[in-house]
Amino acid sequence: MKFICLGYADESKFASMSKEEMDAAVEECFAYDDELRRGGHFAGGEALQSATNAVTIRQRGGKVDITDGPYAETKEQIGGILYLEAKDLNQAIALMSKHPGVKFGPFEIRPADEEFNKLIESRSKALQAT
Amino acid sequence: MTSREPTTNNDTEILSMLDILYREQSRRVYATLVRLLGDFDLAEEAMQEAFAAAVTQWRTEGIPTNPRSWLVSTARFKAIDTIRRRAKFDKTIEEHGDFLAPGSTEPELFDEDTFKDDLLRLIFTCCHPALSSPAQIALTLRETCGLTTEEIASAFLTSAVTIAQRIVRGKAKIRDARIPYEVPSQADLPERLDSVLSVIYLVFNEGYSASSGAHATRVDLSSKAIHLGEVLLELLPDSEVMGLLALMLLHESRRTARTDQNGDLILLEDQDRSLWNQNQIAKGIELVQRAMASADFGTYTIQAAISAAHANAKSATETDWSQIVALYDLLMQAEPSPVIELNRAVAVAMRDGPQIGLNLIDEILARGELKDYHLIHAAKGELSRRLGKKIDARASYQLALELAKQEPEQRLLQKRLLELNE
Repeated sequence: MKFICLGYADESKFASMSKEEMDAAVEECFAYDDELRRGGHFAGGEALQSATNAVTIRQRGGKVDITDGPYAETKEQIGGILYLEAKDLNQAIALMSKHPGVKFGPFEIRPADEEFNKLIESRSKALQAT
Repeated sequence: MTSREPTTNNDTEILSMLDILYREQSRRVYATLVRLLGDFDLAEEAMQEAFAAAVTQWRTEGIPTNPRSWLVSTARFKAIDTIRRRAKFDKTIEEHGDFLAPGSTEPELFDEDTFKDDLLRLIFTCCHPALSSPAQIALTLRETCGLTTEEIASAFLTSAVTIAQRIVRGKAKIRDARIPYEVPSQADLPERLDSVLSVIYLVFNEGYSASSGAHATRVDLSSKAIHLGEVLLELLPDSEVMGLLALMLLHESRRTARTDQNGDLILLEDQDRSLWNQNQIAKGIELVQRAMASADFGTYTIQAAISAAHANAKSATETDWSQIVALYDLLMQAEPSPVIELNRAVAVAMRDGPQIGLNLIDEILARGELKDYHLIHAAKGELSRRLGKKIDARASYQLALELAKQEPEQRLLQKRLLELNE
């Protein structure tokens, strides 16, 4: 089963880190990702630019309103997304508890909505077929 | 495997046996069915059908040698029937395939260990940390204690709709987020056990501190919690399980002594100790000793040891306050908190005199902690009164009264204020 792990982090923490510290942290995370790969648990991921580069759009009064910044102005912002393959929630929790990224901020673990993903997939296939 | 006794059993005998089986074993049968069927609702439905089938079948065929296994096997077949029936209408039901063909129609034998493991699985699943605390409590009472939604609602003075929602959402999360039906691994056990123990303790406290004669129909949550603690101890003889059970038994032993006929609270030092339940005290003390003898006891055991020290004293003045202070020191090391610090201060006051206790309490308040906690002001009032500082005592009691939320506590504080005027 696929779990989507949203990695949150306090961006100001990174700003206070030296380049060496930053490189070491990234290397540590990458090394653990490799371990996940070897176990067949790493199903991809995306790193995100700073939340200051985010744009939020929402509908207001029939018009789409564009605002600068992330949807929720909290101290911790989503910094990256990891797709995790695990047999159940306990395994997902156990695997992500050991991820070095958890030192920089919380992970939100969300099961993928497989039903809905099937719909999306069949939609893509249908369009390819035409 | 299923040799029958001759059909000499009469109806009343069968019915009373089923009644006992239902009361004492149905949650174990259910827990095993949840594992076999992978579905809470299907398991519940199938189990009810199996009990109904037993009433008629045992009359003609006699009581099976292993009634519990018979119930599980029968329920399993009933569930398969249900799924096949549903499958006729819904072609998507394929996921249950793994148990649709159990191979033989002969009832299987499930041994004691299987039932025990399954009940543990059920308990750990209902108390999974991915569920909210209210959902953990509702699921535990519903699934592992077998209380009805209505009983849980009335025990927590809330609506049945609210409880039903918590249960439905909890079960949905277990299914959809794929919370596995398993006993945690040795590595995760301490943490996962903590959440089980805290659910049991929350249930106990709800029954203990909310006790009043006004709600005669409320399920006695304290005795449910104690029962759960006993079951858990049987399944998992861990020192903290012993500690929690001991703590609950020792608190419970004072139930009749801690309120008067009007439902007013009587503090420990004023209680009629002859009303304390000696049977529960003996059990509690024995458990504390066993838990303390293990190397890895924790905070429940220390709290139980404090309670045991009170239980051992013939009167408030004969209490071994030095031992109690030492236990609070231990508790502060294990789990530092201002509330524990306050309790320790009160014990120190009993050992070394009110002024020393008062100084410790003022230190907590000076740090800005527990300002809104009624009991710190009540304790301050009590110690000031003992020192003859009537004005200070009155001010503290008044503050405590403004902050107290429970009626019996408010009445006690009002009484203290009146006594000061005498």
